[in-house]
Amino acid sequence: MLKITDLVKRYGSGDPVLKNLDLMIEGESVVSIIGSSGAGKSTLLRCINRLVEPTSGSIELNGTELTHLRGRALRTARRKIGMVFQGFNLVDRLTVMENVQSGRLGYISTWAALSRSYPKADIRRAFELMERVGIAHYADTRADQLSGGERQRVGVVRALMQEPEILLADEPTASLDPKTSEQIMGLLRDLARELKLPVLINIHNVTEAKEYTDRIVGMRYGRIIFDDQPAALDKAAMDEIYSGSPHADRSDPLKEAS
Amino acid sequence: MTADTPPRSAAPQGTPRDTWSRPPFIANPALRWAVYLGAILYFGWVGVTMPIDWGRVAEGLGRAANIFGGAIPPSFERSGLLIDGFLESLKIAILATVGGVLLSIPIAFMAARNIAPLPVFYLGRAIIIVARSFHPVIVAIIFVKAVGFGPFAGVLTLIVYSIGFVAKMLAERIEEIDYGQVEAMRAAGAPYLSTLVYAIFPQIMPRQIGLSIYQLDSNLRASAVVGIVGAGGIGATLANAFGRYDYDFAFAITIVIVGVILVSEGVSGQIRKRIQ
Repeated sequence: MLKITDLVKRYGSGDPVLKNLDLMIEGESVVSIIGSSGAGKSTLLRCINRLVEPTSGSIELNGTELTHLRGRALRTARRKIGMVFQGFNLVDRLTVMENVQSGRLGYISTWAALSRSYPKADIRRAFELMERVGIAHYADTRADQLSGGERQRVGVVRALMQEPEILLADEPTASLDPKTSEQIMGLLRDLARELKLPVLINIHNVTEAKEYTDRIVGMRYGRIIFDDQPAALDKAAMDEIYSGSPHADRSDPLKEAS
Repeated sequence: MTADTPPRSAAPQGTPRDTWSRPPFIANPALRWAVYLGAILYFGWVGVTMPIDWGRVAEGLGRAANIFGGAIPPSFERSGLLIDGFLESLKIAILATVGGVLLSIPIAFMAARNIAPLPVFYLGRAIIIVARSFHPVIVAIIFVKAVGFGPFAGVLTLIVYSIGFVAKMLAERIEEIDYGQVEAMRAAGAPYLSTLVYAIFPQIMPRQIGLSIYQLDSNLRASAVVGIVGAGGIGATLANAFGRYDYDFAFAITIVIVGVILVSEGVSGQIRKRIQ
């Protein structure tokens, strides 16, 4: 269970990007976060695994408070949070297997990582997962030889290698063509069911959000203004999420109050 | 249109503009002409006040003719000495490259702004700046004083020289890496060293290899120069030949140096092309 309470993130001295945000994710649901660029979706996701430092508030994952962890404790907590990136963030010059095993770096020693002596159990798990998403035959191929959809599959497997308790996906399909994009969304949904894993997906494509996720959270300029079943997302809700400009929203106190 | 718009753009409404000239390098005309005039005056002043004694130039021409006369034909009689000198230069260059590159890697990480904390970054940059600020000949003079004549002084000199170049270029490459890969490792809970090994080394490896090969080539050239001040290698042989007025032998050494550097440039260029 992920429980976010009163989360604030402010860059420098400006207006906060996240404004006293509360969010609760229970069970193995697939939740999508929608909202226009600059709404704070990415910041929210990155606050959860502390790639971005929250300014204040609390983030609790299965009973562990994440916001004040440091050093080894933070790394141990991060192992339990998988992340899939928009730009895949694979290491281009390493093989697919090395990329997949890099999801285990938090578990194995630097020496084992350097000498590529991965534990047998990890190799078995890697092959099983790669088989599951259809990239096992690429194990020895360099990551930059793969197509976009294949690369994102590597990204997903790398995250799952962590044996995560939650999976974060930051616009996982934004760099992909429509067909591949649907395949990846389907894959995320199916894996969530199979592995009983809660998944939190930032996404721009509302149609995909409606089709592949169980719950939609709509953000507008640092606040959650919609949180319901996909069916409840009607035209009025959409207009509210995507209307306005960041500037008007931030400088007009009347709108903030409404 | 506001009053301070330059007249050349103040074309009447409706008339399409068809003239354009590139904005001058320095916008203020007074300053522009002052800079041009200042530069011309300075160069003129330097030319007039430089102490050139044309009488000595004339005498020198005669002496130069003497040297070149003595140098032709080049003498390869003592080729044993020549080969020994070159082998020593090669050893100096290889040892200095290995040592310099190994030391450069941690220094480059220290001097990369996106990886190192600020105090470490300043320390790393300081090491590079010190290593770069002295010409190898000056460094060689210091090391020859410190550890005595011979190839060891040459190795130490070229290690400093290698750090100045390799660490600087490598640090710049580290600053250009795709940080997303680092972020992915951090998100997986990877410790610091594992993150370096997986997310950064693969990205900088091609540049690292290219730099090492370039530096080997460069060290071979520099080893001939630092030998002249007593740091061993072919430079020492060359300095001795000059000292004993053996201009024909000195010329032979010079020819071989040029030949070896041509070959090493060709080889290193080929290797670097292959690994890009």
